[in-house]
Amino acid sequence: MLFNPADLQVIALSIKVASVATLVAVPVGFFAAAWLGLTRFPGRFLVDGLLSLPLVLPPVVVGYFLLVLLGDKGLFGPLLSTLGIKIIFNWKGAVVASVVVGFPLLLRSIRLGIESIDEGMLHAARTLGASWSDIIFSVVLPQSWRAILVGATLMFARSLGEFGATVMLAGSIPGRTQTIPLAIFDYTNQPGGDAGALKLCLVSIALSFAVLLISEHLAKRAKRAVSR
Amino acid sequence: MKLEVDVKKRLGAFTLDIQFSTMGNRLGIFGPSGSGKSTLVRLLAGLDAPDSGIIKLDGEVLSDRQKSVTPHKRRIGVVFQDSHLFTHLGVRENLLYGYKRLPRAERKIDPDELIEALDLGALMQRGVHTLSGGERRRVALGRAVLASPRLLLLDEPLTGLDDKLRYQIIPYLHMVLDRFGIPTLFISHSVEEMRLMTNRVLLLEGGGFAGEIKPAELAMQSLARGQEGYVNLMRLCDPSPVGDLCAYQWGDNELILLDTSEAPRVMARLEARDVVLFKNHPTSASARNLLTCTVSGLVPLGNRVAVELLCGGQLLVSQIVREAVVELGLREGSVVVAAIKATSFRILYGEPRRRGRGALYGYEQEG
Repeated sequence: MLFNPADLQVIALSIKVASVATLVAVPVGFFAAAWLGLTRFPGRFLVDGLLSLPLVLPPVVVGYFLLVLLGDKGLFGPLLSTLGIKIIFNWKGAVVASVVVGFPLLLRSIRLGIESIDEGMLHAARTLGASWSDIIFSVVLPQSWRAILVGATLMFARSLGEFGATVMLAGSIPGRTQTIPLAIFDYTNQPGGDAGALKLCLVSIALSFAVLLISEHLAKRAKRAVSR
Repeated sequence: MKLEVDVKKRLGAFTLDIQFSTMGNRLGIFGPSGSGKSTLVRLLAGLDAPDSGIIKLDGEVLSDRQKSVTPHKRRIGVVFQDSHLFTHLGVRENLLYGYKRLPRAERKIDPDELIEALDLGALMQRGVHTLSGGERRRVALGRAVLASPRLLLLDEPLTGLDDKLRYQIIPYLHMVLDRFGIPTLFISHSVEEMRLMTNRVLLLEGGGFAGEIKPAELAMQSLARGQEGYVNLMRLCDPSPVGDLCAYQWGDNELILLDTSEAPRVMARLEARDVVLFKNHPTSASARNLLTCTVSGLVPLGNRVAVELLCGGQLLVSQIVREAVVELGLREGSVVVAAIKATSFRILYGEPRRRGRGALYGYEQEG
């Protein structure tokens, strides 16, 4: 058999973590991008900087801070345990790590898309009786599909490859929190693990490539939709 | 419509500092580039907030120190120079964008009636990217009108179009604005557009208000400044063929034109310098039109004179040099013959058949 059950579990978990992370991050990213891209408020650059920080920080550092914030003894630890939510050494931890590390890429892509929307179109919508919240859904969202897709692709790919923050927050527990990069790392540390590592590397390439192709296809359709 | 404006707005090195109060349904705002026209449009529409001052429309405060009515509640429509159609929507969805956002009780304009008036029927299923420049402007106009605005700002809606398209759109503008009774503020730097589209003109200069005049006076002023020659804009009607030419009724006069149109009423253009004056009736002349007129005014413009003539209840302006005035002994009340070649007229556009309600064509009856 090509993959052993443990490998399949690793692949399935990776896809699950990347998908959930992307689904969680896209709506938040869209509204954050709309907020940052369309409004002018004091402190905008600070918010922008903070949200983009994970892009330039070593993922391990991000993971460490997440541990400090969300760990059992962390700032939000008691709150999370009261709510019965377990993040540390849990697949949800891998999702949180992926979201935080991948978010800046998503945000930047969507924001670039939103900022390239013809401002006159937004003005026209306002003078035609649309409130800002209405415009966000009736103009900004349909005009940004392409940017959202690009951002989601980057986010998904980044999640598939996330290592540093994930290992800090979720650990590398086979069957529970071990994603493809963590498993590859494990394989290479085992005698005779090269073949296993290579197989997962190829899976990783195939997954990323598939995501890229799907995203290209959807982006083309989105482009047709905004240029009717 | 009554508009009261007293605002200040600073934008970099430019300051708009403008006070005026005006009434009318076909107002124009005229000024050169950089005079503050676009800034004023943005302030009126609420897309920008003034630094200080007050804006009132029909007595209601739109913006002052305490409050500023948000643009989507102002009900002030804007037709932008670049149309700014929604590219993700088709023509129908574009047209209905504002209409759908109106409370049902305020939907005063029937979309089908508007689509018919603007000749948009064939475009309804099209995407906006497939539209020509003129079609885009018609859709943008329709979209703004369907939102039933209390005031419609037309921000250089004809700028950037060639003459052919411009004269195709003007009749649509008149018809729709008159038929649906929408007060307008027409913004432009073209004297001719002011004369065709407005009956009062507010002048803007260097960010300030420079007075309110009639479009014909504006044309005279621009002639005096040597910017452009005076153009007679004449509404002609009841065409009938005369050999290869066409006879039109202009007041009590009949004019022979080479240019023709299928429309029963047309707007024609005649350069004042193409109107030649004779003291006595020439026995024979190549010019097809010889009109007996009375001089009603002489306006000196440097070495030229604009001679205002009354003929058959209509006003005609001829532009001649000062020496000719002396030689012909022209003074107010003199009777002269104006000779105009059939080829000197140019029909700008045919007016669509008048349908529906109201006193149509509120703009100034010139010529």
